[in-house]
Amino acid sequence: MSDVRATCYHPRVGDSACVPIAASAVPTTTVTSRHSGLVRVTHWITTLCFFALLVSGVEIIISHPRFYWGETGNDLTAPLFKLPIPASRRLVPTGYGYVLPDQNGWSRYLHFQAAWVVIVTGLLYAISGLFTGHLRKNLLPGKADLSWRGFSTAIANHLRFKGPSESEAWSYNLLQRLTYLFVIFFLFPLVIWTGLAMSPAFVSAFPATVNVLGGQQSARTLHFFVSLALVLFLLVHVLMVCLAGFKSRMRAMITGRVATHLERP
Amino acid sequence: MSEPSRVEPSRVESSPVQSSSRGLSRRKLITTGIAAAAGVAGLGAAARIAEKYGLVPPDHGGIYGLGETLTYASQRLLTRHSLAREFSRSQISKPPFANEIEPPTDEFKHLQAGGFADWRLSVNGMVARPASFSIDQLKSYPSHTQITMLQCEEGWSYIAEWVGVPLSRVLDVVGVLPQARYVVYFSIEPDTWESIDMADALHPQTFLTYGMNGDELPVGHGGPLRLRLPRQVGYKNVKFLTHLTVTDSLKGFGKGLGGASPEFGYAWYAGI
Repeated sequence: MSDVRATCYHPRVGDSACVPIAASAVPTTTVTSRHSGLVRVTHWITTLCFFALLVSGVEIIISHPRFYWGETGNDLTAPLFKLPIPASRRLVPTGYGYVLPDQNGWSRYLHFQAAWVVIVTGLLYAISGLFTGHLRKNLLPGKADLSWRGFSTAIANHLRFKGPSESEAWSYNLLQRLTYLFVIFFLFPLVIWTGLAMSPAFVSAFPATVNVLGGQQSARTLHFFVSLALVLFLLVHVLMVCLAGFKSRMRAMITGRVATHLERP
Repeated sequence: MSEPSRVEPSRVESSPVQSSSRGLSRRKLITTGIAAAAGVAGLGAAARIAEKYGLVPPDHGGIYGLGETLTYASQRLLTRHSLAREFSRSQISKPPFANEIEPPTDEFKHLQAGGFADWRLSVNGMVARPASFSIDQLKSYPSHTQITMLQCEEGWSYIAEWVGVPLSRVLDVVGVLPQARYVVYFSIEPDTWESIDMADALHPQTFLTYGMNGDELPVGHGGPLRLRLPRQVGYKNVKFLTHLTVTDSLKGFGKGLGGASPEFGYAWYAGI
């Protein structure tokens, strides 16, 4: 703990996060940003929007907790599957003897407003990430890591719940990088696409966006599964933050500061 | 500006936090100031342009006004003339799902007993020749058909063939005045009314619908007359249509939000 000579020797780690600290410094001294201001602000706006989208999305599903494949689906057609929950509409055959209150009005308003905010935030993050080098330095895996050896080491470390090495603590390890890239550049665009593919007005201008998905109900079902994948990511993400040291990670993402001696789980 | 806050090691040793944060804060202050000034000026200009080109929905107030305005404005810019997807006859849902309707009023039962011969659609407001149409009169205009999807905001949907006369035809007959901006439409059901802008009112797929799947429009689907608006979800497709008013402002109708649905908490624009 007292011998933190060079917190940051890893070639991948960005200069901004790489300030050598004298070994004699008081251990609790804070150094320059672990996460840039833009990353922190967009992270928390996205978090807020995600919860708004999740809560309103669940409310919208409750009005018809049945899923279909193809163009159409309703109470008279066989569902692909249905959720074992009561509904907020009387006609839906749920098997429950009661009907939940209708929450779709504000849920739809909130869902679309949060979608707008998260799309603008995401674009800001992605575009600025390209220009500042954040994506290249912090998210693109190093060539050396993209090998079976790199993968097996990273997976083995995760399975042993091994804390981050000093270098990783200042940046992201291979699995983190790949996961974040997958979430940011695959799941988020896909959830936006499948959402827009449900809009009758949007698809009137861009019919291919729904046709290639197999129909409007397919888009709705895919939207549900992509959202589930995002929720799964959120759960693992929070779990990993706890394992890596909840206080220090929250502090890093809120204030940008990290103590020179890193908290261990 | 690709390398933010590179700090010289010598300065770090003396005072790492101060030197880096001071360098950042000055730059941040300037850029934030410029961005904020540009943002305020830009928003003000954008609001004026949006209002001028009819990109602001009547329910733009309140906490969801921002998202609602962004949605409506971008839909109007991107989809003003686009046509709803049409399907093949083989894709028609059998049977089409009819959502719940309120128990019919005595007035409705009376008209139904007469085979809807006395049903009238009256049109007034900003029109040159206010008029009233029977179902037979509407049927005397060239009929149009569309095989389109009706989707409910709840999530379910069906495809049907709809037969009717485009609303634009009837608006031509009554002579809409140039300052008209909205068409407000009313059902025989109490407190059931909605409104659309002229882009939707004059859209070729906006129908006064009296037929469905080769038959009369069933009562369960809004017969004898329903407004069909395939680019917006179900609740804007008002059943049992009896009255249209053409107007340049929605302020004088109800709470000024443009329909019963917005007053109930649902968005006025329902193309999504």
